[in-house]
Amino acid sequence: MRSQFICVDALNGDGKLVDDYTPTAKSGATYHPLTGNLPIKVATTGVDVFYADKQALFDVSLDIPDRSVTAFIGPSGCGKSTFLRCMNRMNDTIDTAKVTGSVRIDGEEVNDRSVDPVVLRARVGMVFQKPNPFPKSIYDNVAYGPRIHGLAENKEEHDAIVETALRKAGLWEEVADRLDLPGTALSGGQQQRLVIARAIAVNPEVILMDEPCSALDPIATARIEELIDELRENYCIIMVTHSMAQAARVSQSTAFFHLGRLVEYGPTEEIFTNPKDTRTQDYITGRFG
Amino acid sequence: MTEFKRAPQISDAVARRLAQRHRAEIRFQVYGLSAIGVAILVLLILLGSIGYKAVSAFSAHTLTLNVVIDPDLADPRGDRSESSLRRGSYNRMMQTALETEFPGVTSRAHMRELFGLYTAVNAAGLLQKVVKSPDLIGETVTYEMPISDDVDLYLKGRSVEERFEDVEAPLSLIEHEDGVALSSPAPVFEGFLTLVREAYITRAEAAEARASAAFDRASLPGIDAQTAEAERANAQRELRTGELWRERVTRLNTEGLTLQPDGPRLLVRVNEGVVRVTRLSADGRSAEGEVVLPLENLAQARHWTRWILETPASAARLTDRQIVWTRALEERGFVKKRFNTWLFTRADSREPELAGVLGSAIGSVLTMMVTMLLAVPIGVGAAIYLEEFAPKNRWSDWVEVNINNLAAVPSIVFGLLGLALFINGFGLPRSAPLVGGMVLALMTLPTVIISSRAALKAVPLSIREAALGIGASRMQTVFHHVLPLAAPGILTGAIIGLAQAFGETAPLLMIGMVAFIADAPSLSLGGFLEPATVMPVQVYLWSSGVERAFEMRTAAAIMVLLGLMIILNAFAIYLRRRFERRW
Repeated sequence: MRSQFICVDALNGDGKLVDDYTPTAKSGATYHPLTGNLPIKVATTGVDVFYADKQALFDVSLDIPDRSVTAFIGPSGCGKSTFLRCMNRMNDTIDTAKVTGSVRIDGEEVNDRSVDPVVLRARVGMVFQKPNPFPKSIYDNVAYGPRIHGLAENKEEHDAIVETALRKAGLWEEVADRLDLPGTALSGGQQQRLVIARAIAVNPEVILMDEPCSALDPIATARIEELIDELRENYCIIMVTHSMAQAARVSQSTAFFHLGRLVEYGPTEEIFTNPKDTRTQDYITGRFG
Repeated sequence: MTEFKRAPQISDAVARRLAQRHRAEIRFQVYGLSAIGVAILVLLILLGSIGYKAVSAFSAHTLTLNVVIDPDLADPRGDRSESSLRRGSYNRMMQTALETEFPGVTSRAHMRELFGLYTAVNAAGLLQKVVKSPDLIGETVTYEMPISDDVDLYLKGRSVEERFEDVEAPLSLIEHEDGVALSSPAPVFEGFLTLVREAYITRAEAAEARASAAFDRASLPGIDAQTAEAERANAQRELRTGELWRERVTRLNTEGLTLQPDGPRLLVRVNEGVVRVTRLSADGRSAEGEVVLPLENLAQARHWTRWILETPASAARLTDRQIVWTRALEERGFVKKRFNTWLFTRADSREPELAGVLGSAIGSVLTMMVTMLLAVPIGVGAAIYLEEFAPKNRWSDWVEVNINNLAAVPSIVFGLLGLALFINGFGLPRSAPLVGGMVLALMTLPTVIISSRAALKAVPLSIREAALGIGASRMQTVFHHVLPLAAPGILTGAIIGLAQAFGETAPLLMIGMVAFIADAPSLSLGGFLEPATVMPVQVYLWSSGVERAFEMRTAAAIMVLLGLMIILNAFAIYLRRRFERRW
């Protein structure tokens, strides 16, 4: 494993890997070294993921700050989505997937046997690449999470949660008078905001976004990006994106993945203006990927 | 002016291939269209032939009798109690009613023929009527019942070829000991003699042709002596047959004709009565006959009718007298054609005119209820577990392979299993809808499981991820999101499986549901344990019935079966549309 690692590095003519960043891998109270004033929300150490016999992720260690947007970039198949899915244990749903290493949210081990993935996923919301509202009404889409987790006692509380979530997702003005409409009848951008509202409704701490804008047109994308920027105030947002421009616009810190490895991680500005690794440079300048 | 630019040249090779591709496509479409055409044609022929046969079973002729409820016959003990009324001879009263209608019938043999116009079983209906309201005793009751199936077929023109020829010629009648003598100055019976003569000649010629063919075979080169001898003997035999027929022709020409029941018969309708001709003179001017329906008078008639029955009496399963009485009853308004309600209100019967599909339809409903209640929940549950929860390992692979194998097991094997397990093992009663339903459920399970799994598999991953991502448990994901989306597919599979079970006969053979059940099982909880049969079995039983009327009832039962199938499938499509949701 190690030899393969060196081999890849040798190919790129660079012996060093992320030299200025060492994961702290400690408690949630620690402040993040990259952003300074923000506490660490998610800390990972030595995460390996295997799909059957094939290793998809190699020894990824990385800390993610709270109340900011962290972007994962990299060419297709580099493991960024796989890594994202480690944080709410969505890899559990794939029979052949095996995750080793440590993922901690606020210092609490996610992969621990005692952690119920149902509770975890209520804390860590997820937004997928393709908008996937339930084929139910807009209201039911948003109210589903609170209902199964028992967050509301009665109809009034449900209504309040739905309205708040839709307002936060910037969709309330557009759908307030037609909450009975099926969620699938909305436009693509609206659907994605509905899905974000659905995630927000259960009051998560972390929101994972797996290429949330790749199926949307530029105007809808701009709308979602604006929304992500607003949500940053209250949530720890981790997004996977194929668009480097989007990463540059929206995120505060960026991690670059390549062939299942974390190549470089730093403040977004630095990654885009002054990458340390030649692979990062090649990727962001469009030489591969 | 600039020259027009030429379109880019297609190379010859590409052009050739392009034409070939177009031809291949057209050819394929022609194949497809002709396949559909053949399928539709075959379907139309099938439905047409069944429909044509079934139509006559949907109508029935009835016999209405004005029955006098004789107190002595209806109430032998005279206390009007139900037990006494049930001992009454109601058939005797019906017979009396017929006797008064035809006072001329006196001999026992003729009376038996007369009472053969209906089935004695019908007396039960009259009994019910009287038991229900004993006030009817002493009154005259108009009782309508289905006429005998053979008479019904005759009235529908399905069994006897007959011809009525109106004659304008003087016919004198002289009564004597054995009947009447008919005579006319004109050769009024010549036509009938010609008919018989030609039939004789045809037979003679056929025998002679067979003889000459046998002679030809005997003189073939290379034939061995023994075979040649046999052929020659054969030819001699045929020649003698031919001679016999020729002799008959000669006798007919010289001595006249004695009518045979296996040949065409002649009836003469004259002076409001009917004479059955027994002998004809050779000149065709006079005849001897017996009176079947009394004549009003013996005056010379100018207008009368020749009534020719061409079908042999044995083939029609009706005697000439019965034919005459039937027509008389029809003229007097006692025989009517109406919609065959018995077909839908009665269970099976030995008498075709009283046999109906209701019993087997109820049996089918009860059986299908058991099948549905067992196969659908168990099948869908198994499919959900296997598809959504079971770990993918060697064990679950093995289960899957075996479920697929079970779907291909011949249905009769499930019948054997049912016999061994449910009847011999658990001691459940034979012929019961409960056992039939359980056996058919076993047979339907693989279909339900396979189609439900396919439907669950077709639900997009994104919906599962959406639910799981928000913190739904696996079970909540399945029951709140996956199952509603898979419901149309699951329903379709379940209903296809049930429709298959609905039309199944073989496994029921093993558990005794292929039986003659004359009482419809009750539509209650107890009905599940009463002996019953199902509709496809009823079709099978009727198809082997001896009476020709069963042939039409078979077609009618098939129509009812197909109709129920169509309703079932229409219901499936409705449910599908109803539950179908887009994502």
